[in-house]
Amino acid sequence: MAKHHVEAIVNGDPVEFLCETEETLLDVLRETLHLTGSKEGCASGDCGACSVMLDGRLVCSCLVLAAEVGGRRVDTIEGMATGETLHPLQQEFLKHAALQCGICTPGVLVAAKALLDRNTSPSETEVRYWLAGNLCRCTGYDKIVTAVMDTAAAMRKG
Amino acid sequence: MAETNGHANGTNGQHAVGTRTIRPDGVDKVTGRARFGADYNLPGQLVGRVLRSPHAHARIVSIDIRKAEALPGVKAVITRDDFPDQPSEFIPAGEMMMNYKDVVRNVMAREKALYEGHAVAAVAATSVAIARKALKLIDVTYEVLPHVIDVVAAMAANAPLLHDDLFTAGVEPKPDKPSNIAKRIEIKLGDVDAGFAKADLVVDREFKTAPVHQGYIEPHAALATVSEDGTTECWTTTQGHFIVRAHGARLLGLDIGKVRVTATEIGGGFGGKTVVYLEPLAIALSKKAKRPVKMVMSREEVFKASGPTSGATVRVKLGATKDGKFVAAFAELKYQAGAFQGSPVQPGVMCAYAPYDIENVHVIGYDVVSNRPKVAAYRAPGAPISEYAVESVVDEIAKKLGIDPIQLRMMNAAREGTKAAYGPKFGPIGLEETLNSIKKTEHWNTPLRKWQGRGVASGFWFNIGGETCVSLTVNEDGTISLMAGTPDIGGLRASLAAVAADELGVPYDKVRPIIGDTGSLGFNFLTGGSRSAFSGSMAIVEAAKLIKADLIARAVKLWEAKPDQVEWRDGAVRPLGALAEKVKPMTVADFAKVAGKTGGPIAGLGRINAQGAGPSFGTHLVDLEVDPETGRVTILRYTVAQDAGKALHPAYVEGQYQGGAVQGIGWALNEEYIYGEDGKLQNAGFLDYRMPVASDVPMIDTVLVEVANPKHPYGVRGVGETPIVPPLGAIANAIENATGIRFTELPMSPPKVLKALTDKGLNKVS
Repeated sequence: MAKHHVEAIVNGDPVEFLCETEETLLDVLRETLHLTGSKEGCASGDCGACSVMLDGRLVCSCLVLAAEVGGRRVDTIEGMATGETLHPLQQEFLKHAALQCGICTPGVLVAAKALLDRNTSPSETEVRYWLAGNLCRCTGYDKIVTAVMDTAAAMRKG
Repeated sequence: MAETNGHANGTNGQHAVGTRTIRPDGVDKVTGRARFGADYNLPGQLVGRVLRSPHAHARIVSIDIRKAEALPGVKAVITRDDFPDQPSEFIPAGEMMMNYKDVVRNVMAREKALYEGHAVAAVAATSVAIARKALKLIDVTYEVLPHVIDVVAAMAANAPLLHDDLFTAGVEPKPDKPSNIAKRIEIKLGDVDAGFAKADLVVDREFKTAPVHQGYIEPHAALATVSEDGTTECWTTTQGHFIVRAHGARLLGLDIGKVRVTATEIGGGFGGKTVVYLEPLAIALSKKAKRPVKMVMSREEVFKASGPTSGATVRVKLGATKDGKFVAAFAELKYQAGAFQGSPVQPGVMCAYAPYDIENVHVIGYDVVSNRPKVAAYRAPGAPISEYAVESVVDEIAKKLGIDPIQLRMMNAAREGTKAAYGPKFGPIGLEETLNSIKKTEHWNTPLRKWQGRGVASGFWFNIGGETCVSLTVNEDGTISLMAGTPDIGGLRASLAAVAADELGVPYDKVRPIIGDTGSLGFNFLTGGSRSAFSGSMAIVEAAKLIKADLIARAVKLWEAKPDQVEWRDGAVRPLGALAEKVKPMTVADFAKVAGKTGGPIAGLGRINAQGAGPSFGTHLVDLEVDPETGRVTILRYTVAQDAGKALHPAYVEGQYQGGAVQGIGWALNEEYIYGEDGKLQNAGFLDYRMPVASDVPMIDTVLVEVANPKHPYGVRGVGETPIVPPLGAIANAIENATGIRFTELPMSPPKVLKALTDKGLNKVS
């Protein structure tokens, strides 16, 4: 079967690509568009390392077929900073040492931003349940949760 | 020429060591820019895929690759025939021994497939689809053999044998029949029989633990390219690229100097990336195809074909007087090695009673092969298993004697001068300090409710040093390039940059640390054993000494001074006495400007075989709640106290404590390899192999104890291993405290807990 021709908006930029039917959004992001910030940890939607936003909704890009994203907006970790300014979450993660190896970090940041976009003052429990789809094996989650809570507090103050 | 104690003396009086600096590799890691194993690509690269055994145990009668080779787009197919056999020879590899005869068989099955997932062949093709199709065209004829999974079953006289030439080492007389018991080891101190005769209370119990996987989120990945003349490059996610080079060169008959290995950013390892799986295959495929080959494991392959740590059966017998003094200790450990010998039973034996000062100790260990993937190191390899069993029995003794569990540990704690059963006399160590710290926490003194329990356990790990080489280069503008050869797995570059900054008197952000490839530095042993910050910082001190001596010599010439008129102090070369009236002190940056005129480039190479690693002791405290209706255990509160010697970067030390504790929580409560009767793994994915998620755990409080290691210039001890040792025992003890039931089998998963509660008639909410 011929490849699918897809046009979409990725991190605000128009892109077009050809993909096989079975290729996932993650495959295309990493292999075709060379956006390797989204990671593949399991390819089954269990680890969250490939988290991206699809039309403003948090998804595992390994569970989305690339052919499905035609005409839609995809936002990845590569689009989180604005110019030279890191997003407050990115800054707080650095300040709190909320990453060790860093492989889960892009997915965690994308997921955490999705939380703060809808809830500006999450409780610790809300943060923990929201991030329950993002496995981190290094940190024990303590500094990640603290960084997200502190970011929310700082953003509320403006 | 005078030099004061060189470290911690920045020109501005600011020290980077001991502060919470921003990691130098941080921005790349929060923006998605950092390149991990699977993120590297080369022009013209092929896709490499592995054909794996569907059987737990089978003789490989024949492998026919002709159809696969003939498929358009297939550029290479490899099997056992592409790897020359290796002689049986044991070589020291960190805390363990390795044998290339086994390594070559583990990367590619030869006579037999020894576990489900064992690599049998591999292909390189122009696309994923073609590679997959090619795997299906490889025709392997197996003669399926009976398999054995359980460690005790594997030790039975009539068990299916994995290796016809495996005779138990360490027993007299030498056995005349092969068996699955590779080795028997023991340590002895004093006279345990006499010791037990003096005991008023003896507790004797058997424990079982399940194999658990390191669970790094990044699967194994390697990219290799081999030229027609044998020049080889490899990019791989590894804890030791010099080790990958050594293994790659050995297995493929290449000169070490022709092989250049670059460690990519590494997405977790915990010991599991200290060995080779894909790298020799990628190199062999590229050698055949003459094109770059990239290989990435799926999660299923990671579970089935890379090393978990051992499951084990452990018997512990501990005797105490009625006032709580331990007088005799015995243990027998049976560790699964997987398909090839080399379980971490040796460190398990050595660590079992290391936290305690006991006159009479006897520990026996067995290294047992079975039809499972070969185990790899996992954080304090071997120690969590044996120490879990011992800490459970210590808790039981405390309860039976009516002694507070911290008090009982304090009474028997190893301290400076204690002779450890495994050999050495301890220098200054911090076990008592960790126990005292825990006792002082508000956590310890908070009341609990019904169905809640509190547990405490201590833990020990040796830590190691080893071969280490780093370089420091002063750039033209006075900034510093720091190159280390041990992959940075959790903040190493931040710690090393801080040491370099303080040693040379430059601000932290003027040091750019990188992990150099194997062509850039002398041999570095891998990141593991808790050695990289310990050894790396020692090597930096050595490199900085050379630079400072060089700068002093340059100053002597520049100032036309005598050597005794010049010294290094507070981050600068300073004139002394009358000379101080004539010339101004010069910093590293000042010398950088005149480097060309004063002797050329300024650089130092630190080359050491680091000795004097200081053991790190820790004590963990946990509160939990047992749900009597479901058997689910919820961790409510957790505190870790551990001796860091000196925390170079406190936040990353805390991170080690927190991460290790949560891995231990997973080991204690949920994680296990589950096999069917067919010898196949049933839970090779993150949905069914249940690692802790954020909502499973609370904040992990930490207490950084610092009892300086006198053998290190800053007092550093390794910190990464010990934190995974105490959680298993602490949680078992807390569940006993909550329910009155002593669990002796891990994981303490909901079905197991519920069954125990039901058997005792406790599963009704009252």
